[in-house]
This record gives sequence, C-alpha cells and structure tokens, in this order.
Amino acid sequence: MAKSGSADNSAKETAAPAITFEQAMETLETIVAKLESGDVPLETAIELFQEGMSLSKLCGQKLEQVERRIEMLVEGDAGLQRKPFAASKEEA
Amino acid sequence: MEPARALSIRDVNRLIKMKLEGDSGLQDIWLRGEISNFTFHSSGHMYFTLKDEGSRLKCIMFASYNQRLPFAPKDGMKVLARGGISVYERDGQYQFYATAMQPDGIGSLYLAFEQLKKKLELEGLFLDSAKRELPRYPRTVGVITSPTGAAVRDILITIERRNPGVDVLLYPVSVQGTGAAPSIVKAIRAMNELAEADVLIVGRGGGSLEELWAFNEEAVARAIRASAIPVISAVGHETDFTISDFAADLRAATPTAAAELAVRHSGEVRQGLVHLEQRMAKSLSGLLGKARERWQNAARSPYFTQPRRSLLVQAERLDRLRDRLRHRVQAEHAKAKERLSRLNGRLSAVNPNQQAAFARKRISSAKRGLELAMNGIIRQRQSQFGSLVRHLDALSPLKVMARGYSLVYDEREKSLIRTINEVQPGDLIHVRLADGKLDCQVWGIEGEEQANG
Repeated sequence: MAKSGSADNSAKETAAPAITFEQAMETLETIVAKLESGDVPLETAIELFQEGMSLSKLCGQKLEQVERRIEMLVEGDAGLQRKPFAASKEEA
Repeated sequence: MEPARALSIRDVNRLIKMKLEGDSGLQDIWLRGEISNFTFHSSGHMYFTLKDEGSRLKCIMFASYNQRLPFAPKDGMKVLARGGISVYERDGQYQFYATAMQPDGIGSLYLAFEQLKKKLELEGLFLDSAKRELPRYPRTVGVITSPTGAAVRDILITIERRNPGVDVLLYPVSVQGTGAAPSIVKAIRAMNELAEADVLIVGRGGGSLEELWAFNEEAVARAIRASAIPVISAVGHETDFTISDFAADLRAATPTAAAELAVRHSGEVRQGLVHLEQRMAKSLSGLLGKARERWQNAARSPYFTQPRRSLLVQAERLDRLRDRLRHRVQAEHAKAKERLSRLNGRLSAVNPNQQAAFARKRISSAKRGLELAMNGIIRQRQSQFGSLVRHLDALSPLKVMARGYSLVYDEREKSLIRTINEVQPGDLIHVRLADGKLDCQVWGIEGEEQANG
C-alpha cells in the first residue's frame, strides 16, 4: 500500500504501518464508543475489542518512539534545506 | 454705588464649568504631555499634572477609568491622554478629566492597531467559525520564531518534557524590526508548502508594543488565517492581544503555553490509552455478562431442566379440562332431566285419561239419573194411564148401554143418529145394544114436546 511517497521521505517509519497515531487514536475511540453503546453482536464485540487492544498497543508503541528530530529549515541555493537544531543555552 | 446684582463665587464657577463642558473643542480630546506630580491616591483615583515646554495642566483619572490602563504611569513619562476639560467648583480650578491614557510614541501605532483590528474583524478574519481545530496528536510541530530567543528554547523544552516523540521543525525568522513581518509571512507559506507540520506555533517572547509590532501587521494576520495548518499564536504578552492573536486558531499567552497547547503530555495520553482499554474491557465484559445471562436464562428454562414437568403441567391441565367437561355434561344432564320431569308434570296435568274417566263417570251418573227419571216418568204415566183407563172404563158407552141405553146408527153404520130429523120413515137403521145389534126399520116418527123435555 505504502510503496510510494511517504515511505521515501520519512526515514524513521520505514517498516511501520501507514496508520498515524492520530488515526489510530480516532479508530480506537470509535471502537470504544461502539462497544460502550452495547449495540453490537458478541462476535463483533470480541473482534472490536481485539482490534482496539492492538490499536492501543500500537499507540503505546508510538508513544515510546522517542527518537525526536529537531530540524531547522535553512534557505539555500537549492531551496529549503534541513539541518539539526540545538537551542542555545544563553538567555535571549 | 451698589451693583444691582452680585453673583456668588459658586455661581461663577458653575457657570464657567457649564461653559467649558459645553464646548466641544474641550471635550473628548487627546492631549500629549509629560506626567509630573503623579499621585496614586488610596481611593484609586490618579492625580497628576501634564506639562509640555510652555505649560501645565492639572489632571485627574478616576479609578473606574485607570483600572484598565495597560501601563503604570509615572513622573517623567510622556503620554497621550484622552478626556475632557471641566472645573473643580470648590477650588475654582479647571482640570483635565482623563478617561484613557497610553504611553506616547506608540500612539500612532496604537491607532493603527485599532483601525486594522476593526477592519479585519469586519472582514470576518477573527470569526470563531473560521478557527480550525488543532490536531490532538501532532507528529510534527512547526515553530516560526527567532532561533536565538528564549521563545524557541521554551517551546523545545516544553515539547521535550511533554512528549519526546514529537518532531519539531523550526523556521527561523526575525521577530522584530522592519523585516520581521515579511519573514514571518514567508515562513508560514513555506511551512504550508512543505506540509509536514501538523500545527504551527508563531510567536516570540515578551516585549514592548513596538517590539511586538510585527505581529500586528496585516500581512502576518492574513498569512495566519490563510494557513492550511492550524496556527497557535504565542506572543509573550499576558495582557495585550496582538492582531495575530485574533487571527490565529488558538492564542497562547506565552511560547511555553503554546507548546503545552500544541502537544499533549505523553503520560496523559498513555493514561488515556489505559482508560480506553479499561472502558473496552468493561464494555466487553458487560456484553459477555449479558450474553451469559441470556444463555443461562435459556438453559435454566424448566423445559430443559425438568422436561417431564412441562408434560405434567399439560397432564394436569388435561385432567382439569376433563373434570370440567364432566361437570358440564352432568350439569346439562341434570338440567335436561329436570326439564323433562317438569314437562311430564305439566303433561300429566293435562292427561286426557283422567278427563275420559271423569267423563265416563259423568256419563254413567247421567245415565243412572236418566234411567231413574225415565222410570219415574214411566211409573207416573202408568199410574196416570191406569187411572185414565179406569176413568175411561167408567165413561165407556158400553157401560151406559149395559144400563139400558142404546146407540142408533144410519144404514151404513157411519154416523150416529142424534135427532129424529135425521131419519125418514122407512129408513133402515142399526141399533147397538150392550150385547149386540138390531137391524130395524123406522115405521113412525113422533116428535116430543120440548117443554117437558
């Protein structure tokens, strides 16, 4: 599915599924609401529960990914370029 | 010489006051001057003098007005004051009653700010309906500010503290001076073209109104509103709003606050996940419980647990129905029987046998009566007849003839001859006697005297 585009310019999420944290959270919340409505057949409820638990796990994993990038955009001859940024310690 | 009329001092002062207050050139005016003799009275009112090179004017600013002052006035400060001239009657002193005041020098900026704010407001740039919702879990936060200020450091530290997994993309801009506004506008556009950041923080640390001015520029406000990425404004000034603040999707009082608004604390998010899991588990166990209950209810049904009992129930019902049927039949039978006997009674009451017997009785008794009566009559008639026979016998002509009388008949023996006139001499006659008859011929007729008869 994610063979073009995002996979290339996002070096960090090479093998990760193409679902964002936000999407996962939204799906999870929808599942919770559906379960709480009580208006689902038992088999569906169990499936939903399993899906919700794996989504929650996925979200938890995503939260653990702490390799943060802090980059500064710099205008160069070839347009915008990125370079790592570290805030200066001095008071402004 | 006595004047015709002398005014009181009070009247004069009042008159002057009315004159001054009625003069539109002295009401709702702006004054520029330097503050001196400033007193902030415990009543909350401010008393001071405004002066310039050649003149001074006593001023008062009541508590109700000075509460909203965006700065603290002090001696030597150049200000622009708005208000009107009036008279303090008691002292006969005219003074300036200030209703608004601002530091001078930025006065023109201030007016420009108000005008621009009004204009953009009318355009609908600040409408709540135009505000975009912030992403709840941004992966990348775009920061547009000075790369050297405290603002960028505060933002980075705050994001690091709340969620170390969130990327930051910094677009360095100058945040004050003439080039500030164009560079901010350019940065916002570039961020949108890049489309990598989920939310933008645009701002700077605190400063004077002049220093913050770039964020009051129309171009910046429009760029913020035109951004497809939601924008949090973070101009470090707690009390005053900039035009950017109004145009942004969310206004943060400081860069730190902006970072807090942009990024949720990962601990909270984790807690939220735990909470969601708990809610799912609770819902599922509730559903399972409900299903189990339904199953148990079904399994507990007497049809499954005591199948014979359901048959017994039917058997009992059958017995009852049978009883009822029997009772009903018996009752019907008894009723019919009773009806029959009642009819029999009525029928026997009208039985013709009895009537016949009765009639027979009547016939025989009538017969007996009839016979009795008949016999009576016969006997009576017989005795009557006997007496009549005796009577008749007594009257019989034979008896008379036996005493010597005879009967004379004509020749043909058909009629009795009672008188001599009925016969002629020579006629044959027959004479009956008691013991026989004589055939005779009349040979004379002799009449008899009537008199001796």
